[in-house]
Amino acid sequence: MELEIENKPLAALIDEYPAIVDFLQNLNLSSLNRADTLLNALYALDPALLDEFGITPSDVPSQLADFLETRAREAGAFRAVRSVTILGGRDKSGAAENVTVEIHAGEVVSIVGPTGSGKSRLLADIECLAQADTPTGRRILLDGREVTWEERFELEGRIVAQLSQNMNFVMDLTVREFLEMHAGSRQTLREGVIERVFEKANDLAGEKFTLATRLTELSGGQSRALMIADAAYMSASPIVLIDEIENAGVDRREAIALLAAREKIVLVSTHDPLLALGADSRIVIKNGGIFKVIATTETEKRSLAELEKIDRLLYNMRGKLRAGEMITAVDE
Amino acid sequence: MKMITVAGPPSSGKTSVILRIAEGLGLRVGVVKFDCLTSFDKARYEDAGIPVEVGLSGKFCPDHFFVNNVEECHRWGLRNELDVLITESAGLCNRCSPHITGVPGVCVVDCLSGVHTPRKIGPMLKLADVVVVTKGDIVSQAEREVFGWSVRQVNSKARIFFINGITGQGAFMLTKTVADAPDIDALTDRRLRFTTPAAACSYCTGETRIGEYYQMGMMRKLQFSEE
Repeated sequence: MELEIENKPLAALIDEYPAIVDFLQNLNLSSLNRADTLLNALYALDPALLDEFGITPSDVPSQLADFLETRAREAGAFRAVRSVTILGGRDKSGAAENVTVEIHAGEVVSIVGPTGSGKSRLLADIECLAQADTPTGRRILLDGREVTWEERFELEGRIVAQLSQNMNFVMDLTVREFLEMHAGSRQTLREGVIERVFEKANDLAGEKFTLATRLTELSGGQSRALMIADAAYMSASPIVLIDEIENAGVDRREAIALLAAREKIVLVSTHDPLLALGADSRIVIKNGGIFKVIATTETEKRSLAELEKIDRLLYNMRGKLRAGEMITAVDE
Repeated sequence: MKMITVAGPPSSGKTSVILRIAEGLGLRVGVVKFDCLTSFDKARYEDAGIPVEVGLSGKFCPDHFFVNNVEECHRWGLRNELDVLITESAGLCNRCSPHITGVPGVCVVDCLSGVHTPRKIGPMLKLADVVVVTKGDIVSQAEREVFGWSVRQVNSKARIFFINGITGQGAFMLTKTVADAPDIDALTDRRLRFTTPAAACSYCTGETRIGEYYQMGMMRKLQFSEE
């Protein structure tokens, strides 16, 4: 890599690795003579310019090599994770959990329990890939095997993509600009992914928006829909955690089904029976520990169908109210 | 005694991150907080039972003030029999970098500050061993990913941790990193990773009037594009 950087004209390097433009911008070097090799172009500069950054021309090629290597590594496909295993530790009183939970790609598991019962603690254990070294003593395996120390640092903060009601878009960009920016940070994405995310988000959202809509103008439901579609197609994280998403303006069950179809491991932290019963199984948390793991039963699935009717009813009533209609009876 | 330097823009969450580290470490942690005019964080440390000293740079360049005092801070830590000394300073001109060779350097930035911020911050972030990104819990997953990417563009080697300074979520591996930090017996003869801003001019000595006539010493003039 470094040899190539030293010998090729800068213009040819940039053709091959367009990201070099970003690197040069970071060092205020956008005006380098691109017909020359990097080193020669640097030597032609006023030395004071690089001195501002505490470096000399000879430092730049190796820094650029580092930059490109890190970029390739970061953008590279995330190691596909086919399963996560939680090996039980202990609850707040020190009682053993005596449980092993294995969750596969494409499965949806809900996490239920009172506020403060320890749901966040379980998530934190998964996020840091605990190896019996957190207060719960739990161990997390990926694809059935232990995770090395280095992998933990590498994966920390990237293994779980999170979606919660508290999250908002803060960038002042259009939907298209935003998706392009996110795609730009992931070089391995296929053509057409931006359009795909946009279409899916619109399918999930109650009300439509366009690629030219500004992120800050999106409604809560539209934002959530865009975040979910984006997580499904663009995020590298193999696990998606959905934390209590409200049922307004976004089809949550459809959203969860999309994530599962994209082979994500989907965890849904919720108090909502529709979401809890819509999952393949649920982890019940009590007193800081995993109290039970329940596979959704046939009876529960039938109850779910009833609940969905009620939900649909509420949804329609809401629609009527919004359209300025009168409510005459609770039976449509 | 272990030592780490923590730096970051004002209100990025440095104090909260340090409190979370101290909580998780279970060691005797002490903090020297460097600030310019005022500091409101002393009470937060005291409430947590953490020994704290505050250094206000006042009319002096904060970076120069830091390097002039950091050796004494280290000695203060030894006198107080700390296990871990943490210095906290704001990167007030976006150029300041209090990181010292051989002493783990942490830079704290927050997701709300804009996606290009990591590229504007300079040596404080570029030369850090660890970058902590805060306030990620209130922005979208995609923005967190883009922000992390933006940090990577500037610093290809640092460990990046996303931490919720309020709940401490994500702080576990950072705490581990601090626990693994080397012991620092003395700072004498160690080097800053980056030079401090240079200034020895008439304005350093109290000049306030505007005009070339009053400008003496080391000066730098803006280059306009039409020149």
